[in-house]
Amino acid sequence: MSILINKDTKVIVQGITGRDGAFHTEKMKAYGTNVVGGTSPGKAGQEVEGVPVFNSVEDAVKATGANASVIFVPAAFAADAIMEASYAGIELVVCITEHVPVQDMIKVTPVLKKHGTKLIGANCPGLITPEECLIGILPAMIFKKGNVGLISRSGTLTYEVVNMLTESGLGQTTCVGIGGDAVSGLYFIDLLEMYENDPATEAVVLIGEIGGDAEEQAARFIKEKMTKPVVAFIAGQSAPPGKRMGHAGAIISSGSGTAEEKIKAFKAADVPVAKEPRDIPGLVKEKLGL
Amino acid sequence: MKIHEYQARNLFRKYGIPVPEGVVCHTVDEVKQNVSDKDKLRVIKAQVHVGGRGKAGGVKLANTKAEAVEKAEQILGMEIKGITVEKVLVADAVDIEKEFYVGLINDRNSKSVTLMASAEGGVEIEEVAKVSPEKIIKMPIDPSMGLMPWQARKIAIQLFSDPKEIRQCANILVKLYRLYIETDSSLAEINPLVLTPDKQVLAIDGKMNFDDNALYRQKEILSMREADKDELKEIEANAKGLSYIKLDGNIGCMVNGAGLAMATMDMIKLYGGEPANFLDIGGSSNPQKVVDAMNILLSDQNVKSVMINIFGGITRCDDVARGLVIALDQIKTNVPIVIRLSGTNAKEGLEIIKQTGLPVVETMREAAQTAIELSKK
Repeated sequence: MSILINKDTKVIVQGITGRDGAFHTEKMKAYGTNVVGGTSPGKAGQEVEGVPVFNSVEDAVKATGANASVIFVPAAFAADAIMEASYAGIELVVCITEHVPVQDMIKVTPVLKKHGTKLIGANCPGLITPEECLIGILPAMIFKKGNVGLISRSGTLTYEVVNMLTESGLGQTTCVGIGGDAVSGLYFIDLLEMYENDPATEAVVLIGEIGGDAEEQAARFIKEKMTKPVVAFIAGQSAPPGKRMGHAGAIISSGSGTAEEKIKAFKAADVPVAKEPRDIPGLVKEKLGL
Repeated sequence: MKIHEYQARNLFRKYGIPVPEGVVCHTVDEVKQNVSDKDKLRVIKAQVHVGGRGKAGGVKLANTKAEAVEKAEQILGMEIKGITVEKVLVADAVDIEKEFYVGLINDRNSKSVTLMASAEGGVEIEEVAKVSPEKIIKMPIDPSMGLMPWQARKIAIQLFSDPKEIRQCANILVKLYRLYIETDSSLAEINPLVLTPDKQVLAIDGKMNFDDNALYRQKEILSMREADKDELKEIEANAKGLSYIKLDGNIGCMVNGAGLAMATMDMIKLYGGEPANFLDIGGSSNPQKVVDAMNILLSDQNVKSVMINIFGGITRCDDVARGLVIALDQIKTNVPIVIRLSGTNAKEGLEIIKQTGLPVVETMREAAQTAIELSKK
């Protein structure tokens, strides 16, 4: 078992004829992901890496029965691509594109809600269920099938931690990079709930960052709703406070957002917080009684 | 992107939000020329991108024109939190009966623009938010509908009681929302919004930030950019595809990925050092990027050692190593460097780096410890 994606997931690539789209289509296919099509307006009938190209997501879904999409279009067109996928009935949209304007993401949100679409990102590395399906730009070789779930706001730091987990013998059910933007799709709580309900996941690693209060909310959720152990790490503990926050930023989070407050919230929920990434595998093993 | 108070006031005026008369001046002569001869109460305010200017002496009152000139002379050129004041706003001071706070922000939780308002306006608003958050009214705005007049009135009624005042406030809120959306703002505050004894509702001080990711479609906003020295460095880095923030320590770090860059800074601090910067070079092995990054790093005179921390994912470590070798060959520096490579093809990468004779290590912890040692030599 896993969350969100598995060997049956049918993926289309939005922006498949672009440099990044084509490159990662090849990587995803090589990993065994079932990439069934791609889109590029006006290029229907072409093929990229043996994958048929369609003019629209709607056409691609009709022809292939795709239920997931991954987006590699430039930032100015990303919100449009997400909405197109949502309207075409795609269940899971993964937006890799970075630098998407916040107002665009705010406009996307009610559309996703209306259609029940799940979004990962934007500005994220994607997600992977090891040995079954990889959607995005994650380096496949560091992942191993197992029983640990992982959610992270960052990219390379995730790889760093996954590498340590794998090296210490801890494989993963599904690893999700949710992205670090202010307004994005699925967040910690949504995914924690999925891991809680996934029989194969026995522990979860949560990699947070300073800013916002998603970690504090996650801590509350863990305390109230979760039976499975969670281990956390917070990046940015040394960052100077208030670097990018005006009054309103401090107000909206009611004073939270610092590393200390996040760590405090996790400790209150019996979630150990690793001092450095290297301590994470040990803490997971401790929780699992290994 | 930040703008100054006087620029926010100009935008307010453009969108029909009432603000008292004022003029921005770069020199004392400009104050003499541009401020009317009439003696009246004015406020002279330093225009800098940092908070707490009032406490630092950057805001002063003047009763006459002569006094305004004198106060402007005191403020121009003064340092506030390390930033030299290059311009002042000379604005008419108004009598205040009551102060309020209104603001718009992109809220992560509701995933919407959220309107905030409080009857406890003024400089202590952050304290109000902390101590009595219930005194701050919050309203998420539906993006497909925008801020409707009835919603603006719903907020205004909680701040004012007189129908004329409620109408003025609601009007200001609707206009502020339009300004916010049309300029891809990420923060728009009026603090304080005031009620004068003659029952006028006015914006006295304004603060606006803009979404950097949307500047490509906001040419007019972009043309308002007046960056200070540290911000200029950050902008220069952005133009080269790097993300740089200067800090106060002496250990420079260069990392691929923002999360890992933060974790690297944390590691330096954890082992007793102080990071000199945050620097994310992104996911490419392009040698030019490394050269650019090193040049920015080393332009900071405080840097005593450099830690390069790369985790190879899709970008393989051996490619990164080749890029580093080319880059390091071009950079002539006496600042000691330690390199840490891990991930895809790390072994091959480490072999390549060893040819340069620079210290290479396999873990972040060793890299941090080595960088700290090197910084002390």
